[in-house]
Amino acid sequence: MSALTPKSVLTTPLFNNNPIALQVLGICSALAITTSMSLSVVMGIAVILVTAFSNLFISLLRHQIPSSIRMIVQVVIIASLVIVVDQILKAFAYEMSKQLSVFVGLIITNCIVMGRAEGFAMQNTPGLSFLDGVGNGLGYAFILLVVGFFRELLGSGSIFGFTVLQTVQDGGWYVPNGLLLLPPSAFFIIGLIIWALRSSYPEQVEANEFKIRANTEPKEAV
Amino acid sequence: MEHYLSLFVASIFVENMALAFFLGMCTFIAISKKVSAAFGLGIAVIVVLGVTVPLNNLVYTYLLADGALTWTGVSGMENVDLSFLGLLSYIGVIAAVVQIMEMFLDKFVPALYNALGVFLPLITVNCAIMGGVLFMVERSYNFGESVVYGVGAGVGWALAITALAGIREKLKYSDVPAGLQGLGITFITVGLMSLGFMSFSGIQL
Repeated sequence: MSALTPKSVLTTPLFNNNPIALQVLGICSALAITTSMSLSVVMGIAVILVTAFSNLFISLLRHQIPSSIRMIVQVVIIASLVIVVDQILKAFAYEMSKQLSVFVGLIITNCIVMGRAEGFAMQNTPGLSFLDGVGNGLGYAFILLVVGFFRELLGSGSIFGFTVLQTVQDGGWYVPNGLLLLPPSAFFIIGLIIWALRSSYPEQVEANEFKIRANTEPKEAV
Repeated sequence: MEHYLSLFVASIFVENMALAFFLGMCTFIAISKKVSAAFGLGIAVIVVLGVTVPLNNLVYTYLLADGALTWTGVSGMENVDLSFLGLLSYIGVIAAVVQIMEMFLDKFVPALYNALGVFLPLITVNCAIMGGVLFMVERSYNFGESVVYGVGAGVGWALAITALAGIREKLKYSDVPAGLQGLGITFITVGLMSLGFMSFSGIQL
């Protein structure tokens, strides 16, 4: 980590230090709702708002919070913000909140929010913390959108609900791949995204615990 | 009785917390390198889910739901709907239960505390616990059902993490492409396991 400029704080979480792909945070509530793009967008915005504002408030209060009870304080702040988001969704996008079901509530236990509050907002000024929250939220939303894009396009042949590939059921040519709408596909896509990210940023590759010796002698190969 | 049994089986296999709803993924990926650690965490999750889901069920039915405060007898209470406070109360109950359990184990069952101690703080922020509670509220289970659901969901999660740890212990001897090393291949493995658990989804109980 070099000097923290507002720009670097905002952009590093997108690719270099992506919360999902590298820090393995917040996968919990993410994958179940990526079956369509519009759900991913709503979820992404909700997480950006919660992370940004929880970082802001916790950073404002960081000198007042006694370290022994800081977890409880953080959880209470985060939970209050999530309640606000949940109530807004119920009021203005009721259908959407029905589909998201419990996953809005699960933002509370989303490790990104807690992790950034603990790891960044407790040490830094409110302005930077706010940007860090937005950046990490964006990194999270980015992965959601990519996963959502593939799952919706290949699973139901549409993007944001608009038909792109006309499916066989509607008299078109595209046979939708039902697997992409089921839970396992999200794991595969995330695994492949991680592979792609790590191929372009080789320093992120985890060291192998064992070095496997090459099969040099012909008789060993048989 | 049959109803409870089918709920139990369904919550273990058909609606597996980790593999069908992606809950508790952070710890699921992070603590699954060794079977022994994974098993310890699994047991802790079973216990915490088995306690917090019924407890939150009581909190919801007698304090938060629409008209739940009627039993106090105070006039006007039958119109009070506190369900918007739900999220805050559930996480509070979970954090408190975990804390109390930690102190109780430390004092009275030190052997168990030594085995589970390190995992207990992790569990407060485990989405599986919160998810179990929220599903219980959303599907409006009664008290008996919530006990069965809590334990069943915990057993399912423990089963999944122990199985994954077993696979990963073997996997570290295999030659994986560089970019896929570690996290990447773990996701693919979980995907395949999840695919396996999909085969339970046709079961009608």
